[in-house]
Amino acid sequence: MPEWEPVIGLEIHVQLKTRTKMFCRCENTFGGEPNTRTCPVCLAHPGALPVPNERAIEWTIKLGLALGCTIAERAVFHRKNYFYPDNPKGYQISQYDEPLCIDGAMLVPGPDGDAEVGIIRAHLEEDAAKTIHVGGATGRIVGAAHSNVDFNRGGTPLVEIVTQPDIRSAEEAKRFLQLLRQTIVELGISDAEMEKGTLRADANVSVRERGETGFRTRTELKNMNSFNHIARGIDAEIRRQIEVWESGGEVVQQTLDYEVKSDTVTARRRKEEADDYRYFPEPDLVPLEPSRGLVERLREELPELPGERIRSLGNEIGFDSALELVATGNEATARGLVEHGLDWPKAASVAMNELAGREPLRENFRALVAIIQQRDRITREAYHASFASSVTTAINSDEVLAQTVVADTAELEPLVDRILEASPAQVASYRGGKQGVLGFFVGQVMKETQGKADPKIVNELLRQKLDA
Amino acid sequence: MIDTLRLTAEDAIALVERGEATPAELHAAYREAIDARDAELHCYLTLVDSPNGATSIPIALKDIIGTKGVRTTAGSKILDDYVPVYDSTVAERCKTSGLSLLGKTNLDEFAMGSSTENSAYGPSRNPWDPSRVPGGSGGGSAAAVSAGLAPWALGSDTGGSIKQPSSLCGNVGLRPTYGTVSRYGVVAFASSLDQIGPVTKTVRDNALLYRIISGRDPSDTTTVDVPPVEIPAAEDLKGLRVGIPQELNEADGIEPGVAAAVKKAIDLAAQLGADVDTCELPRSVEYGLACYYLIAPAEASSNLARYDGVRFGPRVDANDYYEMVARTRDAGFGDEPKRRIMLGTYALSAGYYEAFYGQAQKVRTVISREFAAAFERFDVLLSPTSPTVAFELGARTRPVPRPALGVIDTLDCS
Repeated sequence: MPEWEPVIGLEIHVQLKTRTKMFCRCENTFGGEPNTRTCPVCLAHPGALPVPNERAIEWTIKLGLALGCTIAERAVFHRKNYFYPDNPKGYQISQYDEPLCIDGAMLVPGPDGDAEVGIIRAHLEEDAAKTIHVGGATGRIVGAAHSNVDFNRGGTPLVEIVTQPDIRSAEEAKRFLQLLRQTIVELGISDAEMEKGTLRADANVSVRERGETGFRTRTELKNMNSFNHIARGIDAEIRRQIEVWESGGEVVQQTLDYEVKSDTVTARRRKEEADDYRYFPEPDLVPLEPSRGLVERLREELPELPGERIRSLGNEIGFDSALELVATGNEATARGLVEHGLDWPKAASVAMNELAGREPLRENFRALVAIIQQRDRITREAYHASFASSVTTAINSDEVLAQTVVADTAELEPLVDRILEASPAQVASYRGGKQGVLGFFVGQVMKETQGKADPKIVNELLRQKLDA
Repeated sequence: MIDTLRLTAEDAIALVERGEATPAELHAAYREAIDARDAELHCYLTLVDSPNGATSIPIALKDIIGTKGVRTTAGSKILDDYVPVYDSTVAERCKTSGLSLLGKTNLDEFAMGSSTENSAYGPSRNPWDPSRVPGGSGGGSAAAVSAGLAPWALGSDTGGSIKQPSSLCGNVGLRPTYGTVSRYGVVAFASSLDQIGPVTKTVRDNALLYRIISGRDPSDTTTVDVPPVEIPAAEDLKGLRVGIPQELNEADGIEPGVAAAVKKAIDLAAQLGADVDTCELPRSVEYGLACYYLIAPAEASSNLARYDGVRFGPRVDANDYYEMVARTRDAGFGDEPKRRIMLGTYALSAGYYEAFYGQAQKVRTVISREFAAAFERFDVLLSPTSPTVAFELGARTRPVPRPALGVIDTLDCS
């Protein structure tokens, strides 16, 4: 059996969170009553003309710069012609052979080092409206009893990013997308949430024998709405293609949907694909010619990008934790704890769990680190209370650390004996096999000691006596 | 008694300014003229009753120009019941200038034609001889101005739709330079060619109306700032450089009467002190029309895609979406739009784009340079607008244009 190598390229769509839509002044927000944010332009009334959103253009340039792209001196909007009810003009204003951003690359850190994923282009277009097909077996337009269209989403600024077929595994595709998402979020240009559809990704997948040059026929995989589904969908399609080749068949170019429930892909019906979009330059708009001054200003405005930070954090806590720490916005807190002497794994864990989104006052880091390092010595209550109060008030570690646990066996033993004596029924029940009753006894001890007993010691004592 | 047949817009404005007629009285006078003659001429598709808030004279607008609350059909059944929810920029500028809307004038469907015989609502007639066409596509506006059914009007010109009917009806028609007048709210035919312009009795009226409608519009990003429009007042043409393109003035098919009238105009220009000389536009004349007949249908095929029965206009129901769209468009569009949609779709199709649309765009650049070079030498170029006078209804039902004829109407749209 040959060894197969997957070849994956991604097409990502990102809805920009500009105040208004791409070509009109309708408010650009998510949800709401259907068809309440519409106007002659985004409903394609006769005579209406598009006016491009300057902010959306600037944000696309910013994203292009963050992806290492060259910003075109001249970019042209094209019309992409096709009939569908979500496309009111009968054409989508998009970019074709003269996109705004070209030739970039993103380094994706992974367990085996960085993988470079080339960016072919990033261009600006308008999103389609939302259609809901009612009735019919497939939930698609052909066969539906009727279809409803909500034009609120129609005309939302949309950036399309196309990668080179540089990705070699589903995991790598997922990591690329996670890093891209974080970059977009930190640029402040989109919420990039897959569940809401503000970030969407399609995958072009093919396989070849390792060592083979050139590519085999690829398929396009759609309808995946989480990072995990994308990874699973790509894996399912890789499996399918390998099977086709190995059984002597031939992979045919087609568009497929990933079905989560069955973990398989299914082909779309031909009729729902337009074969020829008849692109031509949008005559209602003049070409974009971003000045070099603007591009340089936007370049200067770029924040420090997450890729580099995740890479170095990955060395400390592993790529997945690093990405999670950055993506959940807890990175700064973890850094503060590390700066005050905590190790990275512990700092990352506390930042994502005990603190979980809460940002302690800068002055409290030293005290918090002391408390975390002596966690076993103090009561659970005191431990957790210190994180809660660290957000608003200065905490005194000495006071917290004074709330020590009672870890002295000699002090706890008489209490444990008394409690066991007072509950013969529960003792019998435990000895009869109901191990869960142990929690009841621990609770009793804690109650008696106002929570100051060291749970570890209490557990040990109880088991010792009950199992005797 | 207001003589609408002879009253210029400028004189009508003077009547209002001197208090000799109110805007309402003027509106009523034109309305009376319409009631008397429009049954025969069929200039209007929709009439507006009251001159709400008007402080000046009336105007007629070609029914391709969107008017808030007033039906706008573009001469097509597919927009039979369409009432815009917003004003086009030119309609709004007319309103802001106090003009009252008399009504919406007839045209070839989606401005595709040169006689108004392609209107889904029946043809208009030439007031000078009702057995003849008024030209097109803006025949309704031209005929209305000639017949005194409007003091002035607006038309739209993609490939001659203002100039040719103005010529056939004896008016002054101006197709402004692309980008000087906003297209916002005007039903699109071919976006890179469409321009709105005045149809008037005199050159001064024309300049007055152009002053009202021209200038940059934030809603149409293809518009530019325009220098202040001067109302012509000179008594002579001293210093004006007039070019006479030979190909356009000596083409086959120019009727002797037309040639004589143009010759008279050239002689008059020279008498009035203009420097007259001949010039050539060889590439423009050879390739102009072919170029137009690729670019205009290509853009039209895309612009007319929005008429799908989903959001407005009549709908013919069917079993599924695709069939509904096909049936709606089959029922709603007349033959000429269908023909051009097919041509344009073909010209844009994969494998044909470079040979047709792409090539036409390159030729367009060549034509544009040829004109630019001519305008280095001359201030104006002078030629017949149409090689013939108005023809009889039904005389030219064949859609294929004769090159020498079409070139003249169409050329300067590059």
